Amino acid sequence: MTTKMVRILFPLAALALLVLIPLGQGNYIIYVMTSWLMFSIAAMGLNLTLGYAGQISLAQASFMGIGAYITALLTLAGYHWVVGWVAAMGACFGIGLLLGYPALRVQHHFLAFVTLAFNTLVFLVLRNEEWLTGGNHGLVGMPRPSFFGISTGKNLEFYYFVLILFVISAAVFYWIVNSPWGRAFKALRENPVRAESLGVDTRRITLLAFAIGSAFGGGAGAIMSPLVQFIEPGSFALVHSLKILLMVVVGGAGLFYGPMLGAAVVILLPEFLRFTEGYYLMIYAALVIVLMVYSPTGLIGLGTKLWQQIRPQSEVRKDMSKGAQL
Amino acid sequence: MSDTVLSVRNISKSFGGIHAVNDVSFDVGKGEVLGLIGPNGSGKSTLFNCVLGQLPADAGEVQIHGQRVGQMRASRLNKLGVGRTFQQLSVFPQMSVLDNIILAGQEHHGSMASRLFGPSDAGLTAEADRMIQFFKLEHLRDEMAGSLSYGQQKLVDAAMAFMAGPSLVLLDEPAGGVNLTMLANLKDRLETYNREHGTTFVVIEHNMEFVMTLCTRIIVLAEGAIIAEGTPDEIRSNQQVIDAYLGG
Repeated sequence: MTTKMVRILFPLAALALLVLIPLGQGNYIIYVMTSWLMFSIAAMGLNLTLGYAGQISLAQASFMGIGAYITALLTLAGYHWVVGWVAAMGACFGIGLLLGYPALRVQHHFLAFVTLAFNTLVFLVLRNEEWLTGGNHGLVGMPRPSFFGISTGKNLEFYYFVLILFVISAAVFYWIVNSPWGRAFKALRENPVRAESLGVDTRRITLLAFAIGSAFGGGAGAIMSPLVQFIEPGSFALVHSLKILLMVVVGGAGLFYGPMLGAAVVILLPEFLRFTEGYYLMIYAALVIVLMVYSPTGLIGLGTKLWQQIRPQSEVRKDMSKGAQL
Repeated sequence: MSDTVLSVRNISKSFGGIHAVNDVSFDVGKGEVLGLIGPNGSGKSTLFNCVLGQLPADAGEVQIHGQRVGQMRASRLNKLGVGRTFQQLSVFPQMSVLDNIILAGQEHHGSMASRLFGPSDAGLTAEADRMIQFFKLEHLRDEMAGSLSYGQQKLVDAAMAFMAGPSLVLLDEPAGGVNLTMLANLKDRLETYNREHGTTFVVIEHNMEFVMTLCTRIIVLAEGAIIAEGTPDEIRSNQQVIDAYLGG
């Protein structure tokens, strides 16, 4: 089977599984899977900003928050969810663009602190501006949308609705990272000085990395609003940004399937470990530590390493087949 | 002079009390291969950085094709037709050789929007393959650039500098750390490119054999000032140059 065939068949097989798995499952499992799809979208955004473009951000949960509150306010005011979704992504794109400006001046841990401060700022606004956000009491009762008479009110229906959004998001993400923009993002991550000398407008591409990544976060937040039907500031605090960062790093930063796999580990693994009762968080934490020590490139990096060890070593690098002439 | 590609006028740069570059002026014409040499600390790299706008000069100005470049951003300089290589390895290690070379050309094709909505290779695969073939890198086309040897990465770096069809290329120690076989290949490629395209080169280099055989004109810097200028033969026999290198 050629690599090209695998690239086509793998996502189709995975999609078929995602369609079939929730059938016959209880509400809780369907909820957890929907939650995984939603966080995968948020992690895709951070993967673009951090994994592909190399710009650290500890603010992805705040964009989910902005998206969730915009969608909640609009749907509670009677607008269709799609209006909220578009507004959420548009607003997060704009705010992400502004958040990108500090990245033009500071990098690495300094940038991490800038984004951390932004997450805290958003949290405080959501908590303190009660007239708009409901403060600590949050907002409740956001309706699940209907499309041409088809309701997404039940959990399974809503799951399939989110699955469609997940597929659209993944397709857009794939398209971006495989376009010349994706190449420019990677160049920015690997050597910004060289990229600039080759004509890449690193300022613009840095801002776009933040803006697009934030828009994905806003899109995920727009799903959270009708999924949980109750949002409050604590759901978008710094710890949740760290959780999304963990998803990207555990899955494999800068790799297409990385955030999806990482979100599965962060959201689904604790559920699988519940049979260990009080120990599940400790086992989960230990597994993450072991993974990071042995494979800093995440689960996909670990898989690649294992595959390289077990595959037949018959293929010689093309220049080596001629001997070391160079 | 209408054929002048690069014009450096009275450039000075000091760091504290040290005059790294002191009132340096020279012109480089179309198709010329100019070597900038000098002992360590003579101000070559500072001058190079002032020309490329990476260091603000204290005085003087730089013109490329008659346009003042001042502290123009590197991406704009590149669009103006200036390519460069770096002293250190400057490939993108986690991208294939082909992707490295496509990247070097893609920003010169279409608009920002067309680069998102157009083909993923920006329509440059055939052109990149020609450049790969020119630098004799066909066997490495799909390898990750970071997995190549030092010399091979230097060749990829050079190929990237030429991908956008520049009219002026500044090469910062292209021979540094490259073995003799690879060096002969690199020199041959640079000479051929210069002959076929009439591209102007400015080369900083410590390898005298490389500079003397590649360049058509050489400027020698010592203590931030030009002490000699001429053909390789003239420079070889210049007593001031010999003294500067031997500390006489």
